[in-house]
Amino acid sequence: MSRCFQELDEVLKRHGYQAEALLEVLAAAQHLYGSLSEMLLRHVARTLLLPFSKVQGTASFYQLFRLSPPAPQQCLVCTGTACHLLGAGPLLKELREQLDTTTVEIGSVRCVGTYSGAPLVVINGEIWNHQTTPSVIVHLKELLS
Amino acid sequence: MSRSATTCLRFCTSASCRSRGSEHLRHQCSEVAQRQRLPITIKGVGCLGPCSEGPLFAVDAGSSSCLFSLKDINTNELAAEFEQSTTALAHEAWQPRCSKRFSPKDPFLALQRRLVLAQCGRIDPESIEEAEKEGAYRQLHNVLLTQDPRAIIKEVRLSGLRGRGGAGYPTGLKWASVAAMPSRSKVLVCNADEGDPGAFMDRTVMEGDPHTLLEGMAIGAFAVGAQRGIIFVRAEYPLAIDRLHHAIAQARARGWLGASVDGTPFAFDIELRVGAGAYVCGEETALIHSIEGCRGIPRPRPPYPAQRGVNSLPTLINNVETFANIPALLRLGLEAYGAGTKVFSLTGHIQRSGVIEVPMGTPLRTIVETIGGGARHGHRIKAVQTGGPAGGCVPASALDTPVDYESLQALGTIMGSGGMVVMDDSTNMVDIAAFFMAFCREESCGKCVPCRSGTVQLDMLLRKILEGRGSGADLEQLESLCRIVKDASLCGLGQNAPSPVLSTLRHFRGDYLKLLNLEEASQ
Repeated sequence: MSRCFQELDEVLKRHGYQAEALLEVLAAAQHLYGSLSEMLLRHVARTLLLPFSKVQGTASFYQLFRLSPPAPQQCLVCTGTACHLLGAGPLLKELREQLDTTTVEIGSVRCVGTYSGAPLVVINGEIWNHQTTPSVIVHLKELLS
Repeated sequence: MSRSATTCLRFCTSASCRSRGSEHLRHQCSEVAQRQRLPITIKGVGCLGPCSEGPLFAVDAGSSSCLFSLKDINTNELAAEFEQSTTALAHEAWQPRCSKRFSPKDPFLALQRRLVLAQCGRIDPESIEEAEKEGAYRQLHNVLLTQDPRAIIKEVRLSGLRGRGGAGYPTGLKWASVAAMPSRSKVLVCNADEGDPGAFMDRTVMEGDPHTLLEGMAIGAFAVGAQRGIIFVRAEYPLAIDRLHHAIAQARARGWLGASVDGTPFAFDIELRVGAGAYVCGEETALIHSIEGCRGIPRPRPPYPAQRGVNSLPTLINNVETFANIPALLRLGLEAYGAGTKVFSLTGHIQRSGVIEVPMGTPLRTIVETIGGGARHGHRIKAVQTGGPAGGCVPASALDTPVDYESLQALGTIMGSGGMVVMDDSTNMVDIAAFFMAFCREESCGKCVPCRSGTVQLDMLLRKILEGRGSGADLEQLESLCRIVKDASLCGLGQNAPSPVLSTLRHFRGDYLKLLNLEEASQ
């Protein structure tokens, strides 16, 4: 079992196998493997000598941890106040209706702090300013083709 | 020759300008400069201020310095013009034709008082040499020379500095209570989990001038006797995280952090903890749990973190802007520091948005109408929202209110961390209240019932009213439930969750009644 998730060993070692480093370990694990599967969480629990319930409980508490693998493309609509004022709500709703969610994962993100481009979306980590539903769909199609 | 050697182009590399292509511009100009072996400096700096006009860049030539907006231009255009004007560059300050120049008298620039952001946008945030040249770590050096922690706490107390994170607790008192704890090991935490939607003051400081923050933290640690420093920063700010990592490594290498700070027996080091996305972690006891690797849920106080914090040690927790105020306060002294300043992020329905730092007590009208340029064409300002999901709205009729803790509180809102969202007459205030309630509903950690269930019920009531299905009884229930959630919740998130509703009910009851009338008329 210990041969699984070898890449994570280094991270665990760097933190001295301390339970206090659980958040850092989970973040690194997600970065390495894309998501936190149950097997991965059990592995972390065993190595940090924590009950599985605590690891699972922590992983499910925070928004940035995901327990299932992501879709190929990620489209996050910013729902901060400035974006909300300038139409993020309808944008999110329309994208959910019009995009194929098996190829594009649609979600929301809390204010990325660049309000001056509102409403904005974050596509695969890149910020696109001043977007409308058609413009996002056109750009995403270009990305997918 | 001597003039040309001092010519410097400063490109904003903060998240907003970056998303508008400023990095591409900087690389293009750097390439031209390298190719032509120009004796000028091109550097990336932190936020230059009026973000809505970005990408922004500034030209320093000799003693003059000018800010330019490259809004809506083709980025290749600037590089081409730069290439052609390189000979002129050596002799005079360059004024690119394709850009818009900001006059130094422009109110956006002239009405600010930059203490916390003094070096932000001026220095290269990745260079500790530049920061030191501008005075970074000089106050820490002086403090370690005089070796009088009590004097620092006294100075902070007398300055009247209050926590900039939202609650506004007097910083000097907090420092004194941590310093008074007998424990030999103490922890100092910088709360950089800036979660309010529409707030990005802390991001600006961390991205633009990380060394001021590190210096403030080290001074705080010396004053209260802490050895371990932690910056808890939210994961949504990757650039700030990079810059902090870099700055901490540099500060260690230069002896400003580590086992012997500045060659004295004082030991203090800072580690970076990255959050995982939970608004409630801005609450100090939840923040402590998160640092300890647990679910970020608050606990009842007392014991306060000053008594029992990270790993049960006495812990001083302050916000980024609070720490960043310390070097300026010590440099200027009490009299010149005066009432201090507050950094705001100004956004919403306004001509110019951006990050500003104004003297404490500046009237809201000056901020919104003079600095921000007022409402969009054909609209009027209806309200200004301060304090994010824990705050409230100031109606346009009260715009002459000075911005300070007490005046805002009297209006039923709070200073908060500094998010300021301007709303014009196209805004439905019920929709705003519902927006913030949906936020709190989602972010409630679920520990205490009033918050967990109350925010759900309040959200549903607000949706009902918003969709025109609400009755007078619903409005009554909304109000009474607001008071229950406010009084009975465990932590600040729940206690303040009803504030946007109560504040809009107080100042914009008409917006609610209009929605009710619609429904009654249709029956």
